[in-house]
Amino acid sequence: MSLGSTVRALPTLLRVGFAEGVAYRAELVVWILSTTMPFIMLALWSAVARDGPVGRFGQTELTAYFLATFVVRQFTGSWISWQINFEIRHGTLSARLLRPVHPAIAYAAESLSIVPIRALAALPVIVLALALGVAGSFPRDPLAWLQWLVAISGAWTLGFLSSFAIGCLAFRIESSLKVMDVWLVLFWVCSGYLVPIELFPQTARTLLDWLPFRYQIGLPVELLTSAHDLAQGWLLIARQWAWVLAFAVLSAALWRAGTRRYAAYGG
Amino acid sequence: MRRYLRLLGIQLRTSFLGLVQYRFDFVVEGALEVFWAITALIPLLVVFGSRESVAGWTFPEALLVTGWFLLLQGILEGAINPSLSSVVDHIRKGTLDFVLLKPADAQFLVSTAQFRPWRATNLLSAAIVFGYAFHLLGRTPSLAGVGAALLLLGASTLLLYSMWILTVSAAFYVVRVDNLTHLFSSIFDAARWPSSVFRGTISFLFTFVVPIALMTTYPALALLGRLSAATLALALGGAVVFSALSRYVWLRSIARYTSASS
Repeated sequence: MSLGSTVRALPTLLRVGFAEGVAYRAELVVWILSTTMPFIMLALWSAVARDGPVGRFGQTELTAYFLATFVVRQFTGSWISWQINFEIRHGTLSARLLRPVHPAIAYAAESLSIVPIRALAALPVIVLALALGVAGSFPRDPLAWLQWLVAISGAWTLGFLSSFAIGCLAFRIESSLKVMDVWLVLFWVCSGYLVPIELFPQTARTLLDWLPFRYQIGLPVELLTSAHDLAQGWLLIARQWAWVLAFAVLSAALWRAGTRRYAAYGG
Repeated sequence: MRRYLRLLGIQLRTSFLGLVQYRFDFVVEGALEVFWAITALIPLLVVFGSRESVAGWTFPEALLVTGWFLLLQGILEGAINPSLSSVVDHIRKGTLDFVLLKPADAQFLVSTAQFRPWRATNLLSAAIVFGYAFHLLGRTPSLAGVGAALLLLGASTLLLYSMWILTVSAAFYVVRVDNLTHLFSSIFDAARWPSSVFRGTISFLFTFVVPIALMTTYPALALLGRLSAATLALALGGAVVFSALSRYVWLRSIARYTSASS
């Protein structure tokens, strides 16, 4: 399992993942349709903002925020914990363990290869954002775009690793799907997906700043809508990557402990 | 009829046993229920933290809509959704053959294949939300209002079930659709808000195509005594027509089923 062979295998892994994504395109469309929640929240918050802005959010800011939320979600969603659960229970994980590439890398490649297809769904929304004239909220500074790139990569990695860690719990507790559900519920409320973080009361915001969720959606969205200046942005990104590191360590530990005790059930 | 009731009892028992099998999941599911109820309220609290009324709804009135949402979510995720994944699996693997061979109506069998009794806690949280809302309003609903709301509850259950049957029918045409449940619940999530929040195309969509307005907003209006008799009659009629349509589509789709493998 040397580094060189892993790097050589990566293009193939990505290609296979992409082909799978194209093969099951109907499923992918359903996935994308099930992330349309930001539009509903946009309708709701627009109704709230009809008679005056909420905080700093007027009609335009809200539109920019929730369109950005949709786009960020397309790039950062991960379903890997469902797959790990399935593979552990059906024993198909054994085949993966035999391959000369670490399964975590293979999973990451699979998730990453779908991103271009999902980006296709984000494209019309970006056009819509331009047509609605909310593009004014996008950052002008090229450095801010670089910051956004770092933040969105961090958000993807955080989403993947948390999903992976929860998937690995299935080694011990038979099925961790429900843990993932709890995680998702927290994610929806605390990430800025339904309610912009800024609109929470101050005490709640302090708590949310310390939780990992807002770094998965809230941070990239805020950077895309220029809610922070550069210094503040880098500070938040530092916290995001601290969470990435924490989840990387946790995932590695859970994976090691899990594979030691793993025995294939099916055939 | 008696035979079908007995079958329902058996199906309920097997899904309960299947549930206890994964003990940890079973415990977490209980905690999850409480979570769901609370998260349904958080956006509402934040929204009404900055406004007295939104789209013509005050906080206690909007709470009623959320209450109906919790109630229907309990029904949807406890009795309707769980079977979906199992049918889709059956269709893909071709094991639906075994269901079709059984001497009972296939639609009945697949719809009762799995239940999640835990979801009944949703009914409790809905009751608490209703109680609190009427406490804030400082009055009790009229008897006629409650009657109309109960009729609408029946209608919306029927509607949810019919939409579910239509979704399953789609699985005969587009095979791999394991995540339809996610789509289903994410659309249904819009029902937690009063329908007057939505405007234009979305509003039309949620009233006539995916009748979410009918499921939560109308019953809340009925409890408040603001729903006209004509709207009630239309809603009930619509639900019956919709369910007849879904039965027809189911029969058409099942006729098209050809075993996958074996």
